[in-house]
Amino acid sequence: MTDRSGDVLPTDQSIGGVSDQLTGIPLHFPAERRWLIAMLFASLLLLMFVISVIALFTRGVGIWGINIPVNWAFAIHNYVWWLGIGHAGTLISALLLLTQSEWRNSLNRFAETMTLFAVVCAGIYPVLHLGRPWYLYWMFPYPATMGVWPQFRSPLEWDIWAVLTYLTVSLAFWYTGLIPDLAAARDRATTRIWQIFFGITSLGWRGSAAHWLRWSQAYRLTAGLAVPLVVSVHSEVSLLFAAGQIPGWHSTIFPPYFVLGAAFSGFAVVSIIAISLRSWFGLNNLVTDEHLDLLGVVLLATGLMTAYGYIFEIFDTLYSSEPHELQTLSDRLTGAYAWTYWGAIFFNFIPLQALWWRSARRTGWSLMLISIFVALGMWLERYLILVTSLYRDFLVSSWSSFTPTFWDWSTYFGTIGLFLVPFLIAIRVIPLISIFETKELLHEEQETKHG
Amino acid sequence: MAEKSCGLLAEFDSPEALKAAAKQARAAGYRRLDAFTPFPVEGLAQILRLPKPSISWVGLAGGVTGASVALLMQCYVNYDFPINVGGRPLYALSAFAVVMFELTILFSALSMIAAMLWQNGLPRLNHPLFDAKRFHLASKDRFFLCIADDDGRFDETEIGSFLRQIGAKSVEFTAL
Repeated sequence: MTDRSGDVLPTDQSIGGVSDQLTGIPLHFPAERRWLIAMLFASLLLLMFVISVIALFTRGVGIWGINIPVNWAFAIHNYVWWLGIGHAGTLISALLLLTQSEWRNSLNRFAETMTLFAVVCAGIYPVLHLGRPWYLYWMFPYPATMGVWPQFRSPLEWDIWAVLTYLTVSLAFWYTGLIPDLAAARDRATTRIWQIFFGITSLGWRGSAAHWLRWSQAYRLTAGLAVPLVVSVHSEVSLLFAAGQIPGWHSTIFPPYFVLGAAFSGFAVVSIIAISLRSWFGLNNLVTDEHLDLLGVVLLATGLMTAYGYIFEIFDTLYSSEPHELQTLSDRLTGAYAWTYWGAIFFNFIPLQALWWRSARRTGWSLMLISIFVALGMWLERYLILVTSLYRDFLVSSWSSFTPTFWDWSTYFGTIGLFLVPFLIAIRVIPLISIFETKELLHEEQETKHG
Repeated sequence: MAEKSCGLLAEFDSPEALKAAAKQARAAGYRRLDAFTPFPVEGLAQILRLPKPSISWVGLAGGVTGASVALLMQCYVNYDFPINVGGRPLYALSAFAVVMFELTILFSALSMIAAMLWQNGLPRLNHPLFDAKRFHLASKDRFFLCIADDDGRFDETEIGSFLRQIGAKSVEFTAL
């Protein structure tokens, strides 16, 4: 491992300068043109999403490629993929806060923002997949005139509780961390509209020592709760699969395998966003090569743990010698969808090996490229888990196949717009890097240097 | 509490200067002290003798409530509409554990954040402190110490000269 005793942030910048730089991004937006182009592109994707959803609601889930036996495909596959991406935001924010890895301070805000919108994209998929989404409220325990209640012994019911809890707690945690920064932006705002916006959203925060004390306690304890929450949410998602008897799903390795895969894909997307934002807004003084280096290390570590999951999954199957499990394994390695398996192996683990070299981790474009490969690889992995297990289950008479239709793809690409539009709005109106935590870290580093 | 509180706001340019000044103010006998800083300053709470926050207890109560609500809800639902699934137990704690865990965290986290805001007297739209001329720097790079009046015994000139003496960059009278 490389030596981590050095400074993460260059110490030749002033606390006030950082404050002005970061509050200046929403107040005097520096990249209007590029933002508009990105927004146009994202809005088109969002429009595609809206059209796909309208088509889906009018014509039903038959417009997707799903069938019996492959009745879970793109909807649940992308649900797992998006939710996994979201988890890295919470892990960066909460886990690294608790372990006092202060390099997180430059990354946590946009990582948490990413979490929020990724969870929205994830959460909408099971609703779309319901077939009759207007009966969504049947999932909640309300005193129905029919006298029935939701079935709490089913993993499908756990799902909605897990995802809604995760979304709510992520939102509350994100907003709590944001309050002091909104106050900083309020105090720098010069136009009336920004003063009103930040004046209301900062809730009257004034940085009193007594307030900070309570705030720190609440923030740290919420972080402490968020970490097991992430683990529980994705474990619960894996139980949707593992609690069933379908070969290729019914395995005890699933919860840790899913959580690590989630962290892996999420850190890849955090790297993509970090590198884009840093070049977009000229934030090289705050998101430094050191940060990319650390992200690269985490990506490599979570990637190798995910690889362990792959190996153990095969071992599990061979050790069980269960004929249906063996058949699913051979379908994965050599069957009609073998390209998803080998694609996942290739995109997840081959380019990743470059991260053993320090120069590959510290170069923006190489880390970016590897991260894109990982996001793609994890997408293929979720595809393979869904489709290769389902298309040939126990009875030969029920074997079938799955081909995504136009509407599958348009809904999927549409959710990228559903993610990007609010994300772009967020970086336009709120400080995208935590101001006070950056100042805290900078001050600490300057102190150690001087004294 | 006095009807209208007021105080003197002294500006310092580093957390160390603020902490040193707060120590001296405590030593000089001032008790109603508060500080305003752009980021949490370690050790400041001890110097100002701020009471230990009770957020963790609220969180514990929230967690216990969440777990109980979840357990009771799931038991009641299965009692009111029992479904025999292959003879498996109706009150299946292992199956209820997931929703119990989620609601424990949900109630605990939300109650702590709500308690933090409530005890801090937030949200509020305005505060007299915001009228102080240099107070906007408290969210940028300046550190303020505030000595509030002590039940009417408040000598503005005396405290003002004391604050200047201990190194304040500026001293300003403010309502609180």
